[in-house]
Amino acid sequence: MSEVAVKGAVKRYGSIAALDGVDLTFADGEFFGLLGPSGSGKTTLLRSIAGFIELDAGEIRIDGTDISRIPVHQRNIGMVFQNYALFPHMSVAENVAFGLDVRNVPASEIRERVGESLDLVRLTGLEARRPKQLSGGQQQRVALARALVTRPKVLLLDEPLSALDKHLRQEMQVELRRIQRQIGITTIFVTHDQEEALTLSDRVAIFNKGQVVQAGAPRTVYQWPVNRFAAGFLGEANFLEGKVVGVLGHEARVAIPDGSEIVVTHQGIANGANVLVALRPEKISIEPGGSQAPRLNRVIGRVQAAIFSGSSLTYRVSVGDRLFVVFEQNKNRAPLVEQSAVTLEWETADNVVVQP
Amino acid sequence: MKRLLDGGIRFYLVLVLVFLYLPILVMALFAFNKSPLYALPFEFDLVWFRALAENDKLLKAGLNSLLIALANTVIATSFGTMAAVAFGRYAFRGKTLLQALLFPPIAIPWLVIGTAMLVFFFWTARAMGVPGMARGLHAILLGHVALSLPYVIFVVGARLNDYPKVLEEAAATLGATPWQVFRRVSVPILAPGVVAAALFAFAVSFDQFVISYFLAPPGVTTLPVEIYTSIRKGFTPEINAISTIIIAVSMGLMLIVARFYRFGGERSGNE
Ligand SMILES: Nc1ncnc2c1ncn2[C@@H]1O[C@H](COP(=O)(O)OP(=O)(O)O)[C@@H](O)[C@H]1O
Ligand SMILES: [Mg+2]
Repeated sequence: MSEVAVKGAVKRYGSIAALDGVDLTFADGEFFGLLGPSGSGKTTLLRSIAGFIELDAGEIRIDGTDISRIPVHQRNIGMVFQNYALFPHMSVAENVAFGLDVRNVPASEIRERVGESLDLVRLTGLEARRPKQLSGGQQQRVALARALVTRPKVLLLDEPLSALDKHLRQEMQVELRRIQRQIGITTIFVTHDQEEALTLSDRVAIFNKGQVVQAGAPRTVYQWPVNRFAAGFLGEANFLEGKVVGVLGHEARVAIPDGSEIVVTHQGIANGANVLVALRPEKISIEPGGSQAPRLNRVIGRVQAAIFSGSSLTYRVSVGDRLFVVFEQNKNRAPLVEQSAVTLEWETADNVVVQP
Repeated sequence: MKRLLDGGIRFYLVLVLVFLYLPILVMALFAFNKSPLYALPFEFDLVWFRALAENDKLLKAGLNSLLIALANTVIATSFGTMAAVAFGRYAFRGKTLLQALLFPPIAIPWLVIGTAMLVFFFWTARAMGVPGMARGLHAILLGHVALSLPYVIFVVGARLNDYPKVLEEAAATLGATPWQVFRRVSVPILAPGVVAAALFAFAVSFDQFVISYFLAPPGVTTLPVEIYTSIRKGFTPEINAISTIIIAVSMGLMLIVARFYRFGGERSGNE
């Protein structure tokens, strides 16, 4: 298995930089999710690794070897495309065998490995079918078996599940993870579904405008977003702009526009500095009544909207001239009615200072 | 009500087909009728097919037509397929304009194209100092190739658009060399389109009258031209016989085309 290292990757199309200095290392055996809005360069990076795109600058190394001069067919990379790209004129078995066939692997070994590969994706018995005779999920499995049968160094997946309906998508997520664990292949996975990225990945990278905004373990990136974009893209966040009014040890008090004060743990923020704080909606507790005494990390507001969505409720609460989003588990309490006064409260650890 | 509507629709469609096929049927019928004066009652006889077999002029013209159609098929299909691949798989400057320019020749009346070709060939032949070269089988062949190229490009191009480039990319990631990609993926998938285009090119050439007529020097004819000439001299059911053969061959070809290539939107290769 293999490590993929991307260094200073730049790719321009006219005035657009599809990749604008990307540095990422995909560790051996890691499941790595690439996330980002449409047009942020995820596909471009994947296709550069596969060899379809030549970088304008930078390099890509697999196990230390620069692969820029190696043509696609010699890179030994497995790729699963969004619409599977199965060969319509071949049977399932022929599709899976293709990669071995073009390498002149002996017929008996081909048969054995195709069998193993179809076993791995749990598709035994459908060898003779044509792709057209398979469901979306089955086609997906064939594509996976075909990509893995050549024992590639890296597996690249570009939004492989986006064509499936929700139920099948979740099933395939589990399958994908099982298969990846079983063979331990380095996997780079593009998705625009943030939940999918968080569930599946060992690490994720958030892309924006051809650059990596942040990379790390899903938990870390979610808990400690570096800037407004990362916080807003991965999950939802309330953004509080404020001014530091007091510093004590590792903590700083920040005055926010509605007049209340919050506390942030800081690394060297000066008194009087302007800061931006991200606060996740599920960290905030919401209680009826608005007469509590002022306290740090506590604000009084008014419910503007209560949105019921089964297991949880989303409240939009106006505080001063700002709107807070609050998630609450659907416990046994009657929902708070619109226009009622509420108190919002949270912990110091939930205030994350981010770059604008 | 529903049944009435169904019946009406079926009746209407039958009417359309009768309109299409009746003249052909009547013509074919008289090819097998004994009377040289198209007189009834019908009396089955193969006399006109026998006469045909002894008509050297018609047979020679038929051979010319066949040779030109075959040569045209090979040339137009090869170059047309390459052009379709170029249009479908490569980005280059002026592509949209070039593609748009493929349409007009199809709309220009053959009479006009034929005249233009005749004038052009006369002019080039004279400029090259060989005025005799202006007309002849070679000129007819060039004319037919020019005529059938747009059709080939459209038919192959449609097939090419039908299947995504990503299949070729997938093959490459699986370790196929560019040649293997072409041989094992592009060709098999394109084949039905190429076969359909080839049959199309054959039919366009074999049925072509105007251009062949203009570009044929005295003494050299193709089948449609020869038929026209005979008809002007006064015709016998021999013409019906040869026409029946031509129609049988053409319709056979078109049935094969239809088998390989479904017209209108639906993807072929779904079966
Ligand atoms: N072949 C191309 N020609 C011109 N621009 C391109 C091409 N491929 C990608 N781009 C541009 O590069 C940017 C990144 O695209 P892409 O990598 O496909 O984004 P993503 O996969 O994240 O949606 C986009 O702005 C896109 O329009
Ligand atoms: Mg993309």
